[in-house]
Amino acid sequence: MKRAIALVDCNNFYVSCERLFRPDLEGKPVVILSNNDGCVVSRSQEVRDLGIMMAAPWFKLKDLAKKHGIIALSSNYALYADLSNRVMRLLAQYAPNQEIYSIDECFLDMTGMTELTRHGQQMRHTVRQYVGIPVCVGIASTKTLAKLANHVAKKQPHFNGVCNFNDLPVDELNTLLEKIEVGEVWGVGRRTTLRLQQMGITTVLNLKNSPASRIRAEFGVVLARTLSELGGTVCLELDELSSPRQQIICSRSFGASVVQLSELEQAVIAYTTRAAEKLRQSHSLATCVQVSIRTSPHQARQYQPDMNIPLAEPTDDTRVLCHAALSGLRQIYRSGYTYQKAGVTLSGIIAASDRPRTLFDDVAAPSAALMATIDGINRRMGSGTIRLLGEGIKKNWAMKRGNRSPRYTTELTELAVAKA
Amino acid sequence: MQLHSSRRAAPSVLLSMTHPNRELFYRQRALLRRAVPAGFPSPADDYVEQRISLDEHLIGRRESTFFMRVAGESMRGLGIFDGDLLVVDRALPATSGCVVIAVVDGEFTVKQLLHTPEGQVLRAAHPDYADMRIKPEQDFSIWGVVSWNVHKH
Repeated sequence: MKRAIALVDCNNFYVSCERLFRPDLEGKPVVILSNNDGCVVSRSQEVRDLGIMMAAPWFKLKDLAKKHGIIALSSNYALYADLSNRVMRLLAQYAPNQEIYSIDECFLDMTGMTELTRHGQQMRHTVRQYVGIPVCVGIASTKTLAKLANHVAKKQPHFNGVCNFNDLPVDELNTLLEKIEVGEVWGVGRRTTLRLQQMGITTVLNLKNSPASRIRAEFGVVLARTLSELGGTVCLELDELSSPRQQIICSRSFGASVVQLSELEQAVIAYTTRAAEKLRQSHSLATCVQVSIRTSPHQARQYQPDMNIPLAEPTDDTRVLCHAALSGLRQIYRSGYTYQKAGVTLSGIIAASDRPRTLFDDVAAPSAALMATIDGINRRMGSGTIRLLGEGIKKNWAMKRGNRSPRYTTELTELAVAKA
Repeated sequence: MQLHSSRRAAPSVLLSMTHPNRELFYRQRALLRRAVPAGFPSPADDYVEQRISLDEHLIGRRESTFFMRVAGESMRGLGIFDGDLLVVDRALPATSGCVVIAVVDGEFTVKQLLHTPEGQVLRAAHPDYADMRIKPEQDFSIWGVVSWNVHKH
């Protein structure tokens, strides 16, 4: 049976989230900035039309922004995560299998279902009405083709947001693929694109018609697999169950540059605390902590050390993890540098149920109870209500999110206001 | 719901007297016996039900339900006061007569929606506020339908 895989992708997701609660932003040029308001991570159509690229540094755009009245907002991940969950739960009802690929896109396996285009329209309509987020749907026989179908659905208005490659005759499909640049193909990066172009492969159709042996010889098995997927042979199945996390990373740039060890220590404790919370949420334990610090890439004197600290036994206790992270930090810290970023990675992750039993299990029990209590209080009363004092109280290094919108769906004190 | 009465000697059916390993049987029975609570079983045991959850009652569809805060007095007549918490369901159809969150000129407003032969009307529930007739050229949309409001006394 011919496979039918849909890729559903939210349009300008972060901007759409902001507009749901700020209808006055409809039709205006809006950008969302990354952590510390560094660069552009989401653009409204109006901003795309001005030629502003993704990842453009904001400070370079300020003049242009003033000229065109671009509204810049800091990222509000609490809001985006909640709306993403709503969208994904709704979409899951439309197919037996779903792979959530990122915060704003998922694959659905619709093999065996009929009237797929109508189904796609219904998904669009329901998500738009229920959550207020516009989405586009691409349907095809493989994931790689579904990505391209989605691209077509977004770019060509006459498809009305749903493009089903499975419904198109081969020559019509090829006409579409001829108009898409090869760099749009899923998994084809900038360097591969350049090399392909040098070989005369500039469009998706060119790539699809290339001899597999040549592609495999020049680029290896990964691109050869992409090639088969373009031909309609499924090589990439839906990854339904998200495999247990291999590592948990918490790494952020500072709001202001940091010189002193004491400030780095505060940041590392804060990041480790956050990572430990995520670890406990996924009912896992870590066996290794990595700590890293780095200077600004714009500086002459660079220093970017990191260190792994193995743990005596797997744990999810914030205190133990912080202790390890700090001991690593103190070993790699050198004075005289201006640091811009720190990161903590928990690795060697195992399910809490797989924990090897030891003689000292009774010692671990109170720790689990303490962590559960802290997590419970922070869930009820807001994150960070109870935390290690080592995080510091006045956090000079904390991220700048100057223009963050209210957390409309996750904080009772920040609800949208309806005038009566 | 689990129907369970501790008076029944249920554990002993797990292993019978004729079990080949009688020693295990006795040991297991001793263990199980220890777990049977002493005293009279609660007469309410068979009637334990799930406690009422306001969350479940007020939120029909988790995906489409949002909360908003009221600012102003224009809806007093329908029992919606300044500072109330509104439960808004975007999935409900905006039929004539229901209370809606409308977007008028880029702002949220809570009003009663009426479909009239002359078009849509937003009506307040307060003598000082006149009806607002929606003109075709006006920037207007229905954001969601108010299913409940929560008022603190």
